[in-house]
Amino acid sequence: MDLLEYQGKQLFARHGVAVPEGRHATTVDDAVAAANEIGYPCVVKAQVAIGGRGKAGGIKVAKDESGARAHAEAILGMDIRGFTVHDLWIEQASEIANEYYASIILDRSVKKLLAIVSRMGGMDVEEVAENDPDALVKRHIEPDQGMTAELAQELAIDAGIDEDVTDQVAEMLVKIADVVTAEDATLIEVNPLIVTSDRRVVALDSKATIDGNSLYRHPELAELSDKSAEDPQEAMAKEKGLTYVKLGGNIGILGNGAGLCMSTLDVVAQAGGRPANFLDAGGGSKAEAIVDALEVITSDENVTAILFNIFGGITRCDEIAKGIIEASKQIGITMPVVVRLDGTNSEEGLALLAAADLPNLHQETTMLGAAERVVELANP
Amino acid sequence: MSIIVDKQTKLVVSGLTGREGTFHGLRNRDYGTELVAGVTPGKGGQDVEGVPVFDSIAEARSERGANTSMIFVPARFAAPAIEEAIDAGIETVIAITEGIPVLDMLRVYWKAKEAGTTLIGPNCPGVLSPGKANVGIIPAQFFDTGKIGVVSKSGTLTYQIGNELKQAGMGNSSIVGIGGDPIVGSDFIDILALFEDDPETEGIVMVGEIGGDAEERAAEFIAERISKPVVAYIAGFTAPPGKQMGHAGAIISGSSGTAEAKKQALEAKGVRVGKSPTETAQLAVEAMQSQPA
Repeated sequence: MDLLEYQGKQLFARHGVAVPEGRHATTVDDAVAAANEIGYPCVVKAQVAIGGRGKAGGIKVAKDESGARAHAEAILGMDIRGFTVHDLWIEQASEIANEYYASIILDRSVKKLLAIVSRMGGMDVEEVAENDPDALVKRHIEPDQGMTAELAQELAIDAGIDEDVTDQVAEMLVKIADVVTAEDATLIEVNPLIVTSDRRVVALDSKATIDGNSLYRHPELAELSDKSAEDPQEAMAKEKGLTYVKLGGNIGILGNGAGLCMSTLDVVAQAGGRPANFLDAGGGSKAEAIVDALEVITSDENVTAILFNIFGGITRCDEIAKGIIEASKQIGITMPVVVRLDGTNSEEGLALLAAADLPNLHQETTMLGAAERVVELANP
Repeated sequence: MSIIVDKQTKLVVSGLTGREGTFHGLRNRDYGTELVAGVTPGKGGQDVEGVPVFDSIAEARSERGANTSMIFVPARFAAPAIEEAIDAGIETVIAITEGIPVLDMLRVYWKAKEAGTTLIGPNCPGVLSPGKANVGIIPAQFFDTGKIGVVSKSGTLTYQIGNELKQAGMGNSSIVGIGGDPIVGSDFIDILALFEDDPETEGIVMVGEIGGDAEERAAEFIAERISKPVVAYIAGFTAPPGKQMGHAGAIISGSSGTAEAKKQALEAKGVRVGKSPTETAQLAVEAMQSQPA
């Protein structure tokens, strides 16, 4: 789960990481009130879960109240690379002397946390990695030691941070590591980490990814996550406890198991089709779960045909068949549905479907055959 | 032979008294796995269809000689249950539970490493050695005894490929689900090494998916260390960046972890990568047939 900048900064503040004073606003009037409280100049920042906000015109400096109002009006509702701006963060403007970079990420290969510090802040870190890899200083954090003061010092010094602020930067690294472990983050990035003209070290931006599996022990973060599921189908699926990802095509996909479901998308794409979604019905799905899944899939207006690819292990194919028949009755699906049932109780499932004699239902015996068929039917 | 589980396996199930734990534990026993104990704190002294339940894994080990533990407890109790098994001196821990926080797994991973415990999973379907033992939720009916080792991040995709191999007359030495989480106890390379040393295994099918670089590291490892033929399948070519595709670990971060990069890394080391599960099974059959007798 990715946090918005202001959510990340509020998290930072709770752990003593210095951030500019700021307020969250969702309306123009609130934004202006916040700006008046903070004082001018201040910065009006679009809060969306994607980079490139500055270039898109989503970050503006306001010198006075009329400026704050004008910027808030322009930015609220703005589309930034497919994300509509619903939230603003109004923040005290900072006088920047240096722009650095700091992050702590989960290194899956080495199975340790990895800290990265650089003098080259305020730009795309992947670009820095490519053009000037030596500018990124990286050290793994030993699991039994954590981010020690010594390690933090070493990172700051090796990165070539200005001498007068090495201690401050090192202290901030220790605090960022606290955020990671206390909040179950798999990524915390501060870019830029700035030194102000009066030589204070401040996190000017925040990027934070929280481990979704840990939300049971972070109820206050779990509440934030509801906001990020903006897509109506994704929100609906979440409510029903289904794993759904929207992909934008016209072929609705339902598989059981994440791997098989991903594989189904690939095979459909190879057959020339465009998958509308990923939907993993999960192991041991019962008929009701299938009805729910079909409701979510068919609520996407782009969908013109549906593919069921089921290989029953723990999942019983007769339960899947019952679900399909039940859903046809309840939600009246008229578009073509291609069904491939294999594995546990597939014969019983196929017999149920045959007996139900649904006019829009097409059976296929192989995954490949089913993919080709659904592509044909989706694009008449 | 086979790897990880076999006729020597003496299984203790953490969470045997739960609904899922009972169902799958007894299923494993029906298959022929020697299920010696269950563990549920506070329920010591009870039994599940004749299987004695203990309060701790240590008791299950000392009383019943358990050497393998299967973790079937809810996510929030799973990391401590794995640690308990490691502390009790269990040799092999197979964690089925999905949803364990990743930082907990970091801690558990290093603990298992230091103790020399083999940890499989979490968020995995378990390990099946056809004809010998089944520990986990893999439906054994889709696999035959044979010579192909399978290692996979995915459950159902593995059943699909196993079933196609069976239809082609090929069976398996062992099927190992390593799980789809960002941090798993055993990676592809750990299992590839076991298959390389297993005399019964003559070929290997590796089933990967987007996220991380376990497949890329496996490609290097295969080139350096594996003499047996390996074929691979990778799922997730159509997955968009930044979206978690079901498994917690199946996510393309920035430009890393794509299916295309994994396929290229494998092919660069001479590993054939099937376009579909069906083609992958065919490639495995071909690879086995072209082996010198």
